[in-house]
Amino acid sequence: MEWINVIVQGVLIGGLYALFAAGLSLIFGVMRLVNIAHGDFIVGAAYLAMVTITMTGLHPLLSLVIVVPLMAAIGYAIQLGLLNRVLGDDILPPLIVTFGLSIILQNVLLTTFSADSQKLNAGALEIGSIPVLPGVDIGYMPLLTFVAAVAIIAGLQFLFYRTSMGRAFRATSDDGEIAQIMGLDNRKVFAWAMALSMAVVAVAGVFLAIRANFDPFMGPSRLIFGFEAVIIGGLGNLWGTLIGGIILGVAQGIGAQIDPGWQLLAGHIAFLVILAVKPRGLFPRID
Amino acid sequence: MTLLDLQDLQKSYGALAVTQNFSMSVEQGDLVGILGPNGAGKTTLFNQITGTVKPDHGEVWFDGEMVTQMDASKRCQMGIARSFQVPHPFVGMTVYENILVGATFGRSSFDPRKQALEIMDKTGMDDKANQLAGSLTLLDRKRLEMARALAADPKLLLLDEIAGGLTDSECVSLLNTIREVHETGVTIIWIEHVVHALMSVAKRLVVVDFGRKVTEGDPETVMNSPEVKSIYMGEDAA
Repeated sequence: MEWINVIVQGVLIGGLYALFAAGLSLIFGVMRLVNIAHGDFIVGAAYLAMVTITMTGLHPLLSLVIVVPLMAAIGYAIQLGLLNRVLGDDILPPLIVTFGLSIILQNVLLTTFSADSQKLNAGALEIGSIPVLPGVDIGYMPLLTFVAAVAIIAGLQFLFYRTSMGRAFRATSDDGEIAQIMGLDNRKVFAWAMALSMAVVAVAGVFLAIRANFDPFMGPSRLIFGFEAVIIGGLGNLWGTLIGGIILGVAQGIGAQIDPGWQLLAGHIAFLVILAVKPRGLFPRID
Repeated sequence: MTLLDLQDLQKSYGALAVTQNFSMSVEQGDLVGILGPNGAGKTTLFNQITGTVKPDHGEVWFDGEMVTQMDASKRCQMGIARSFQVPHPFVGMTVYENILVGATFGRSSFDPRKQALEIMDKTGMDDKANQLAGSLTLLDRKRLEMARALAADPKLLLLDEIAGGLTDSECVSLLNTIREVHETGVTIIWIEHVVHALMSVAKRLVVVDFGRKVTEGDPETVMNSPEVKSIYMGEDAA
């Protein structure tokens, strides 16, 4: 029963990792941009939620109503004002710029909020759980996180394949120059993609901040989890990203069960094994 | 009314001048053929009309507006669409989706789905609607090029060697489509090496070589002109 519990909890935490990864995957898919600052944006969203809650007294989950559109607007502006200027045939300049953004963001958060770790308090939601089997309980928050991840991925999938915005993303990703000639302004398409990515980042940030303590420097390690989930699942495949997150979560759970010090290591080892066996991930997009 | 007016265009890549002092104007409802050897600068000319390449000097006027520095996407929305010599469909999308992109983001987008279905019917692509564009044969890719461009509801349609590599009967069906499109009021500029195809529909021919306009006029006169004979047959343009 203990092991069943480990796996169930691992699957649920996989939802959080999939939330970290979905925005990353989306941006890479649409504009081949590796956003090194992605993890820091997640932490930034957590702080934004904290400020929102302090100012309004809203419940952390309700703060999403403000944080999601705000982060989307920030994403839109950063893409138009900064990232579009460095995107081109060379993938290095945007990589360096997002790396710089990561450092700036960490230090801005540090000077603004100090290095003390923070946490968002979701009240009763955090302690409640549903007993499913003897010795296996599913907490409300982990369940909610997982459901949110599935809903967001289903939503993105719908958007990509069933809406004109999705077709704009796919056409631009497929051949930017032709898309331009067909009436799509790449810069705007990219800005919308970044806005969408940051909306997902906002959700990831709030769920992260409810689950555990956060501080200005924890972004890069969230970025690694996100990367690993994307790569395990196969680039460009959103459902694959969810599976990637779950594999990572379960591997970490199993590692922690064997020895608490092995939690992170076990996740990285699972990632390395999959990379060695299937370098393109488990479910690479068929092109 | 003049739809497209190119004024003294010049474009060089380093020491290589690909467009030199090129001026040309196209009336609404025209069907102009462009002839010239490979590397004469015909496709670069199209690129300057659509906006993917900006001229070093000169002006591009379209529908009464100066569009020389205007972004390609805006020009598409104004009514310029083109097909490519080497087809470039969005390979990860179906035929229908490819056409739908043109219909949604092109000039008029009142009812993109309906428009896309009509275009598929008109160009005979309806039986392949749900096929991935990447899996099409060359002929179907060429038809898709044309269909997608038409879906953008252009006022000016630029066709780049769309008849190349087609059999005679395929060419006849293509010519019929081009005639139909032209009859709906679309102005067409067509670059083509398949001269007999071009001659059968073009009202006017423009001959380009070394980035310059060599001659222009009605098809008969142009084809018999010494300049064209010199370019194609190697005769002296005495």
